[in-house]
Amino acid sequence: MREDTPLTIYGETFSSRLLIGSALYPSPKIMQESIVAAGSEIVTVSLRRQNSVSAGEDFWQLIKDTGLTVLPNTAGCHSVKEVVTLAKMCREVFATDWIKLELIGDEYNLQPDPIALLEATDILLNDGFKVLPYCTDDLVLCQRLAALGCEVLMPWGAPIGTGKGLLNPYNLKTIRERLPDMTLIVDAGLGLPSHACQALEMGYDAVLLNSAIAGAGCPVLMAKAFSHAVSAGRSAFLAQAMPEKEVAAPSTPTMGMPFWHQ
Amino acid sequence: MKVVFNGKTTQLTTPNLREFILAKGAKEPFAVAVNGEFVPRSQCAETDLKAGDNIDLLSPIQGG
Repeated sequence: MREDTPLTIYGETFSSRLLIGSALYPSPKIMQESIVAAGSEIVTVSLRRQNSVSAGEDFWQLIKDTGLTVLPNTAGCHSVKEVVTLAKMCREVFATDWIKLELIGDEYNLQPDPIALLEATDILLNDGFKVLPYCTDDLVLCQRLAALGCEVLMPWGAPIGTGKGLLNPYNLKTIRERLPDMTLIVDAGLGLPSHACQALEMGYDAVLLNSAIAGAGCPVLMAKAFSHAVSAGRSAFLAQAMPEKEVAAPSTPTMGMPFWHQ
Repeated sequence: MKVVFNGKTTQLTTPNLREFILAKGAKEPFAVAVNGEFVPRSQCAETDLKAGDNIDLLSPIQGG
């Protein structure tokens, strides 16, 4: 059995391995109840222009009332300049140097721009940010981000909001094997609790999701389902799965088999 | 003299950034950028605006 260790993000430890988004819920009340049901300790937020200044204040109060650690994102940014500016604005508003770095390279599948992501990550790390880059499941990109000083990487499972699950388990497994000491979080594309379980089974430290819970028929119940799935996946990882075989092997003893004809 | 505030062209009522955003109803928590560059709140009172400036006033919102 492997030894269990807490989820560690830039030196801070957490018992929950389910990071949750705060968007797309049918109501603020359901958002709050879903976050509680998920057992999450980290919630993602963002910044936008708002028509009503009180709307931002009201939302922020709701999040503060949860008492959770806040992870601001740079969702929607398409350039290094945009993410750097938005990250600095987030740091001031949310009083944290954590940043979930999203830098979109293609509008069709919302794929992160790997080249610009490296540049932005370098700038922000040097400015004192603790960068959690949302990236593709490219091993070399992940290695380059690690070399810059990232202590957490967040490769995608599938494009944001698709709910397709882990589209390339081979890539994700390879990243896990090649970066054994890195905190790895599958971010985006999950749709089912089984997807989260699969990520944890393969040794990912956590998952970050939003649409899969907020877009469910009953977000609160789905949040609970994801919580169970993450726990199950982590336990399975610690327990170490049996080796897969190509041929059948009977589980019931064959010694003393009746009606056996030599 | 006109500037762009949160994407909309508007009259510049005062050249002082802090006074301008307060006149626009800015209420904590918020952060400001001018022409795509972050302006720390501590520097808003010393920042002057000019015609054509692009001012963004952002507040917390849900995020994934």
